Amino acid sequence: MAKGSVVAIDIDVSRRLGDRVIAAHFTTGPGLTALFGPSGAGKTSILNMVAGLLRPDRGHIRIGERTLFDGATNLPPEARRVGYVFQDGRLFPHRRVRANLLYGHDLAPPANRWMSLDEAARFLGIDHLLGRWPQSLSGGEAQRVAIGRALLAGPEILLMDEPLSSLDAARRGDIMAVIERIRDELKLPILYVSHDRAEVDRLATQIAEIGE
Amino acid sequence: MLSPEEWGIVALSLKVGGVAVLATLPVAFGLAWILARYRFPGRVVLDALVHLPLVLPPVVTGWLLLIAFGPLGPAGRWLESWFGMTLMFRWTGAALAAAIMALPLMVRAMRLSIEGIDRRLEGAARTLGAGRWHAFRTISLPLALPGVLAALVLGFARSIGEFGATITFVSNIPGETRTLPLAIYSALQVPGGEAMVTRLALLSVALSLGALVLSEWLVRRTHGERQRRGD
Repeated sequence: MAKGSVVAIDIDVSRRLGDRVIAAHFTTGPGLTALFGPSGAGKTSILNMVAGLLRPDRGHIRIGERTLFDGATNLPPEARRVGYVFQDGRLFPHRRVRANLLYGHDLAPPANRWMSLDEAARFLGIDHLLGRWPQSLSGGEAQRVAIGRALLAGPEILLMDEPLSSLDAARRGDIMAVIERIRDELKLPILYVSHDRAEVDRLATQIAEIGE
Repeated sequence: MLSPEEWGIVALSLKVGGVAVLATLPVAFGLAWILARYRFPGRVVLDALVHLPLVLPPVVTGWLLLIAFGPLGPAGRWLESWFGMTLMFRWTGAALAAAIMALPLMVRAMRLSIEGIDRRLEGAARTLGAGRWHAFRTISLPLALPGVLAALVLGFARSIGEFGATITFVSNIPGETRTLPLAIYSALQVPGGEAMVTRLALLSVALSLGALVLSEWLVRRTHGERQRRGD
């Protein structure tokens, strides 16, 4: 189930939002790249641009051989193979955990999937949660399910937007261990946004500075 | 308990109400979606137009329908020449009047529930491989369902209670346009009609009350269920 392939990530984007300009220019590779910069530099907006949820004004986004965005191309989010773990989980409230996990898995072409439901459930330790509704999960459980849902869609890269910010200290440690295993065992490239210096020090293999 | 004539009135009312609400549902959902999701010039005007039947005297709505769908009206002539169809004095006209009167209530109910959907869930669905339409079908629509159900019930109750616009537009013809409220009105004019008035009025109360309770229950169920069932 290891993702394995070595991927080059080349990002150069800018976008005006109100009277701010959000810009990022970096290249990175496998491992966990922490997007680092002052608060308000628009780190979440950068992730949204990579995911296709926010259109850059200019620039390019390339993952390995594939161009997700440049002057001529603008792939819709569903065609990007970019997994996104949001700060608040964003599980679908009207679907049980199993159906949440399988949402992207069922949509992905079989050739793009690299993890089965069983593997994901075991990897994240969420076997016992499959029949539950999202509202009944603790913060840590919900974040594990959100990570599983993103992995099961067969992404080539994972975006994580402060995935620990809503958790207490004990859960943070748990989820950080999971993220390390995604980085080291699954070898999935990760773009990671955090304000927490300790978190970045522990998890990051590269750091990309954001902002002018 | 009810005479065959009275059963006929009830059946006609249910038919008029049912057709009115089912035909209006897609239109009302579209309007609710547009009003909830988009900002565009003319939005305020559209919003006001949708709400107009709610505040206008129903007799005025009926008169406007008469002008539009009468034999000389633009819509009436168009229907006549293309489909050989006329709504005047027909139950279909009664359904149209009921539909127009139900529209604002239906749009309001659905708009509230569409506005309550966390749009970021749709973004999450897109990153998981869902196209726009698939995300709409599997995320937005199910989450809007309580509002759609409430709109159906409220619209239906409004439809079978419609009086002013109906009697103005399609008159009061037994077996064709004489729905429950019109039949009650007619029975009131007839000496000795009190017993019929009482029966039909009680029936109206039961139908309206039932609709209200049902809609309240549907909304509670779909909202409350998510809290409760997560144990």
